[in-house]
Amino acid sequence: MTGAQALIKSLEMQGVDVMFGLPGGAILPVYDPIIDSSIRHILVRHEQGAGHMAEGYAMATGRPGVAMVTSGPGATNIVTPLANAYMDSTPLIVVSGQVATGSIGTDAFQECDITGVTMGITKHNWLIKDADDIPRVVAAAFHVATTGRPGPVLIDLPKDISNAQMEWYWPSSVDELDLPGYHPVTFGDPVLIGRAVELIARSHRPVFYVGGGVLKARASEALRVLADRTGIPVVTTLMARGAFPDSHPQALGMPGMHGHYTAVAALQKSDLLISLGARFDDRVTGKISAFAPDAKVIHVDIDPAELGKVRIPDVGIAGDVRQVIEEMLLAMDAQADRPVVQDLAPWWRQINEWRERFPLYYEDVEGGPIKPQNVVEQLRDASSEDTIVVAGVGQHQMWASQYWKFEHPYTWVNSGGAGTMGFAVPAAIGAKVGRPDRTVWAIDGDGCFQMTAQELVTASSEQIPVKIAILNNAYLGMVRQWQEMFYEERYSEVYLSPDLPDYVKWAEAMGCVGIKAETPEDVGPAIEKANSIDDRPVVVDFRTDAREKVYPMVAAGSSNDDIVVHPDQLAAR
Amino acid sequence: MTPAPLHSLPGQVRGRVKATSPRHHILSVLVENKAGVLARVAGLFSRRGFNIYSLAVAPTDEDEHFSRITIVVDVESAPLEQVIMQLDKLVNVVSIGELSPSEAVERELVLVTVAVGPTERSQVIQLVGVFGGEVVSVGADRITVMLAGRPEKIDDFEGLLEHYTVEELQRTGRVALPKLDRH
Repeated sequence: MTGAQALIKSLEMQGVDVMFGLPGGAILPVYDPIIDSSIRHILVRHEQGAGHMAEGYAMATGRPGVAMVTSGPGATNIVTPLANAYMDSTPLIVVSGQVATGSIGTDAFQECDITGVTMGITKHNWLIKDADDIPRVVAAAFHVATTGRPGPVLIDLPKDISNAQMEWYWPSSVDELDLPGYHPVTFGDPVLIGRAVELIARSHRPVFYVGGGVLKARASEALRVLADRTGIPVVTTLMARGAFPDSHPQALGMPGMHGHYTAVAALQKSDLLISLGARFDDRVTGKISAFAPDAKVIHVDIDPAELGKVRIPDVGIAGDVRQVIEEMLLAMDAQADRPVVQDLAPWWRQINEWRERFPLYYEDVEGGPIKPQNVVEQLRDASSEDTIVVAGVGQHQMWASQYWKFEHPYTWVNSGGAGTMGFAVPAAIGAKVGRPDRTVWAIDGDGCFQMTAQELVTASSEQIPVKIAILNNAYLGMVRQWQEMFYEERYSEVYLSPDLPDYVKWAEAMGCVGIKAETPEDVGPAIEKANSIDDRPVVVDFRTDAREKVYPMVAAGSSNDDIVVHPDQLAAR
Repeated sequence: MTPAPLHSLPGQVRGRVKATSPRHHILSVLVENKAGVLARVAGLFSRRGFNIYSLAVAPTDEDEHFSRITIVVDVESAPLEQVIMQLDKLVNVVSIGELSPSEAVERELVLVTVAVGPTERSQVIQLVGVFGGEVVSVGADRITVMLAGRPEKIDDFEGLLEHYTVEELQRTGRVALPKLDRH
């Protein structure tokens, strides 16, 4: 068979059911066998869309997302999704066409050294130079992308290699993948786990600092058991929303720059951080030297390089977080004669006081403009618990994370580490493709929406009925907020306009239903109408208050002790 | 952070780390001998802000499946542990040996072209003889000499050559292996 046929067959062997892509010259041979394949191919309108769709698919399903693009600009257009997936540890497999091997290095038409470009933003990448390598490299790519700390990989396939003949085979074991340097850790050291359990037993103000790794490791259930067993409060980072139910009495919400006050304060005043699959990101820690100054640290991560990268742990455990949690529980069972924690009642009294004094707050004025937070609350209340919520990057993302109540894992899809504007529309499409049984609501900003809205054409033509709520404040809102707070209200290049483009007409032109909500009275009916439509995408243009800011806020580079709450809450402080 | 220059350009040899400096550590990195591996290693150092003092690379086995990269790392630019952990994540990196200067045998080679008049010629040749080096090329008014040895020895040799007109100087960067156990 040809290399192209071998590539598609290899993807089938990996259980791929859907891929997102856009053909072009160098990848043409591979598009021919797609016609005869069981794999559903979704034709995007821009390669960035293919990448984010594959990410949305992966985040909603836990299975690796697959995207295929051509050489040169096709490949560079998917660089942003690769960088995004790298930051958020999302398993993503990108196949890119490449000019024929004989033309590599000659600046041929649509040539780009994409393995060179993506070296720093992929877990690994391969340039295939022999058609016989195709099945092995595809199997290796899936293995690398999905094991250890997951991440994106790229396979660059020159056109003459996809046209070449090869004899089909399929690697029967990991040993045949030619990965002599790849040995991801999985099992945490039992001695260290024992020491962690000791530290927990001695702490008076412990907090579970839960990151996206808990979702990657499918450890939500185990975490729930550990939390119930210990009674320790739980904060879930932006990447971990849904890993622990927000309705649980021990859930304190999201920590960080725009986190719930109680979550930020609990980390800050803690005497023991039990970090599970989190990486001490600067958006969580604030000024690192002032972060949780009295806390000892237990750091569990599958990537040994995370242990001590930002903060030196007292106990650093490299291992799969689910396995480590299960081992912790066993170690606690083995010491059944003594309590697993100290009396946490004083700690909970302190926490509950914070909860009472500083809940999430915004001012909803009668007859005033639509408050963006209120839109999120009404959407939440009108949606079932298993709704998948997708966000772009900015104010709307923070409000979505703050005001939605996440009850189940894999119901929150967003761009965390990279902060990629324009993520929401394509990621929502990918999530809906992966979970067609679920309602998928993207909560987007007007700035983000304009970056990737064209993929709604893809959604309409492929009959992928996603719902998009644009919190349209006519501004690049987060930048506006920073200019208001830190640049003396000197607004520079942040105004967009509420009605240019006309979002309803634009939505309709793309085959979607367009709805506009201009006053608070319109919000409920607009959501109701959107929820009643299930045969095509829906876009709702919510005209929201442009002056609204995200609170609480820890200014960049500041200590978490200097968290700023809504001005109306200041009196209470 | 700007990486320290590799010792490959004439005129940039001063200010380099001395062999006895506690600031450096030696990593002996076994990698798959595949296209682009050196770029992956070098790229990792630059994007993580780790400084390289010198780097030497060559195949280690007859089949040329593997290469050994000897990297002298500035441990003040980042904790050594972090450098090793990040390097270990590269899929093509097979193993990493960490050698502290006291536990390693280190060798380096230098080629130097010196401008010589009739009197200096014999002085330089004599100096090379004292250090156990050799003259590898002779011109009408210049000679090129070679010396291999411990990096400190190369430093001393280089220091003594400062009395002459050094036209070009090229050091290889050090290679190292662990000292053997005598018991």
